[in-house]
Amino acid sequence: MNRALMLVLLAVLAIAAPFYVYPILLMTVLSYVVFASSFNLLLGYAGLLCFGHAMFFGTAAYFAGWLLKNTALSIELCFLLSALSMAALGWVVGLIAARRGGIQFAMITLAISQFIYFLLLRAPFTGGEDGLQRIPRSALFGMFDVSSNLALYYVILAFSVLAILVFYRVVHSPFGEVLKAIRDNEARVESLGFIPERFKVLALTLSAGLAGLAGAMKAAAYQIATLHDVSFHISGTIIFMTLLGGLGTLTGPMVGAAMIVLLNDYLAQYGEWALIIQGAVFLVVILFFRKGVVGEIEARLKKPGRV
Amino acid sequence: MTDPLMKVENLEAWYGESKALHGMNFDVRPGELVTLIGRNGAGKSTTLRAIMGIVAKRTGSIVFDGTQLIGRRTYQIARTGIAYCPEERAIFSSLNVAENLTLPPVLKAGGIPDADLLVQFPNLQRRLKSQGTKLSGGEQQMLAIARILRTGARFLLLDEPSEGLAPVVVKDIGEQILRLKAQGFTILLVEQNLSFARKVADRHVVVENGVVVDTLDAADLAANLDRVKHYLGV
Amino acid sequence: MFDHISIQLLLGQLLIGLINGSFYAMLSLGLAIIFGLIHVVNFAHGAQYMLGAFVALLMLNHLGIPYWGALVLAPLVVGAFGYAMELTILKPLRNLDHLYSLLATYAAVLIIEGLMRLEFGSSGLPYNSPLPGGINLGFMFLPWYRGWVVVFSLVVCVATWLLIEKTKLGAYLRAANERPEIVESFGINVPLMMSLTYAFGVALAGLGGVLAAPIYQVSPSMGSNLMIVIFAVVVIGGMGSILGAILTGYLIGIVEGLTKVFYPEASNLAIFVIMIIALILRPNGLFSAPESSR
Repeated sequence: MNRALMLVLLAVLAIAAPFYVYPILLMTVLSYVVFASSFNLLLGYAGLLCFGHAMFFGTAAYFAGWLLKNTALSIELCFLLSALSMAALGWVVGLIAARRGGIQFAMITLAISQFIYFLLLRAPFTGGEDGLQRIPRSALFGMFDVSSNLALYYVILAFSVLAILVFYRVVHSPFGEVLKAIRDNEARVESLGFIPERFKVLALTLSAGLAGLAGAMKAAAYQIATLHDVSFHISGTIIFMTLLGGLGTLTGPMVGAAMIVLLNDYLAQYGEWALIIQGAVFLVVILFFRKGVVGEIEARLKKPGRV
Repeated sequence: MTDPLMKVENLEAWYGESKALHGMNFDVRPGELVTLIGRNGAGKSTTLRAIMGIVAKRTGSIVFDGTQLIGRRTYQIARTGIAYCPEERAIFSSLNVAENLTLPPVLKAGGIPDADLLVQFPNLQRRLKSQGTKLSGGEQQMLAIARILRTGARFLLLDEPSEGLAPVVVKDIGEQILRLKAQGFTILLVEQNLSFARKVADRHVVVENGVVVDTLDAADLAANLDRVKHYLGV
Repeated sequence: MFDHISIQLLLGQLLIGLINGSFYAMLSLGLAIIFGLIHVVNFAHGAQYMLGAFVALLMLNHLGIPYWGALVLAPLVVGAFGYAMELTILKPLRNLDHLYSLLATYAAVLIIEGLMRLEFGSSGLPYNSPLPGGINLGFMFLPWYRGWVVVFSLVVCVATWLLIEKTKLGAYLRAANERPEIVESFGINVPLMMSLTYAFGVALAGLGGVLAAPIYQVSPSMGSNLMIVIFAVVVIGGMGSILGAILTGYLIGIVEGLTKVFYPEASNLAIFVIMIIALILRPNGLFSAPESSR
């Protein structure tokens, strides 16, 4: 009852928002909400810290940008193809990285993302240091013009809702339960006859696909794709968002993503201080508020009702 | 009756969120060999770990030689003159036998010199250059006991030294422990093997569910054997 | 296709590779020591290397302390900084999942690099070579300073390895790597040892920075790209393997140098390709002993 009311409220807010807030900022928020959820699927539910998640986000931005510029495909197909191709990349990365667990997984994914970074720097179609610019917004289904910020916002909103539903279904499926079990006690899951490595690879595949969608949406919103999208600063930022919002909570990373996008938008005027403040806030969260915003709220709401 | 060397009162201990000891009370007198007996999971090993400060949290009182150990760090506890030999022996695989043997530093006077240790544990002499974990189980157990004798600690915590060893080796270990007692060491021994415990102990402290349920002098054990066996589940 | 490659070019790139390899080896050695004992993946290693270079530069410009003095003092300063970092942000996280300490050092990098950029700008600052000139070896010209770097870093690596493998202190470290609580039960102040080990690893990074100052430009971002390469080196060598880190460091430097000769476009990529191949062929690391990879 309460929950349904909140969802309706949220829907009304999402639909009305672009009339009050700059749509590009809102689209950035949505892209990062999807991106953070994809990351949460890995770290929060499977216990895998991917320290190079920007490789999926940034590569998808380039890929979607290239498709939009050089093919006649409609925008939704470009989004889907980006998501699918990043899922494939995630599968390959998973095969390489899932052999080593824990902290080494983080280091390996970071190194692979740097590899992708250099590849994209060298690749002929990425525009090198300048990036891909003036990415067009192709028509939806080849029919509806979505080149205005307002129209594109609703397309991205629809895709974001879809992505979050997928995320929700995955973490509440038996597959999601196995992931959580692997996170909590891998040896036990293995003793039950499961092969944890396969589940990890599949989790990375799904997560990379969602991150790919997020990157494609971001490219369409900004009409530009750059090396910054692939850099480890983005990988670090997405970890920060997830932790700030609340690791392993369903909505926490989404809240964290929205908070950081808005914070960065505000801090942009302070130049170098923006990163310093981000680092300091991150440190405080790690040291004192590891549950994150949503995690803390949930813990406080639960306490009185506990039997 | 002499004053106890160690007095444990209302000792409670936790592993993470779960409570393992629920108020242990017992004492150990100077020169005495006391066993903690009880079935698996009763809290015997945890008691030793709690004395050494290797548990997440502990409360109550452990007074050793006039010093309160609760609130002290593990290395500080060791420096009061207590040495600990863990159940899994913890021989270091990256160290050879000689390095394992001489790893614990000499903290105070009264320890056994290294040369004497090799006389007392002759099996180690031939294997000094071997990797520590290449030794047989019995040799590893001897090494694990031998290395804590050099520090100068006169109070030994031994956790199931007989576990997993062949009967003939268990006999050797028993003789070594009696020898340590003759050398004046005070020993708190965790055992599940009642026949082994009977041969060496002065007193038995029976542990169940994290509390002491019975304390028996060695002489009284035979008369109460059925009751103790019931506690042990044998 | 190899006809155009002269022996001069080959040897020249080999030397550059060896110099880069010296830095890789020193830095990954420090990272491996830190990981081995306190299980912290020190993301700030690159930033601490950068601090070493800056401390040397500031000592020269403001205190008149020459290179040779900075070679001793700067690592001490950076090591002390590392000690403070350990006490404030790593110690409180010691019993938690290792990912938190990794993220804490990452956050520290954002702060350290940001503050340094604020103070010194982004462009590189020069540090004059304390050993100008060089020697013509016939096939190539070898600057004295570069020769010094190769020799000195080799000495540091070997000395550190001997310290850990052959001394009593090293035995404590190796044992504490396996079972810290047992070593502590012997009366050794393991928590202090952990803090000092972190400080030592950080001081090694600082020493690397001092060595690097006359070769590369001193800039706030000089450590961040290097950092990821070092991670790859440690992954290839096997986490926590001291010898593996040293050997892999030199190996990667040389392979990278050779790639520059034969296929310059791929020189940035070579190390990552090696890492991927190594992960597929030797999932536990090239040099890792089974117990050191925990």
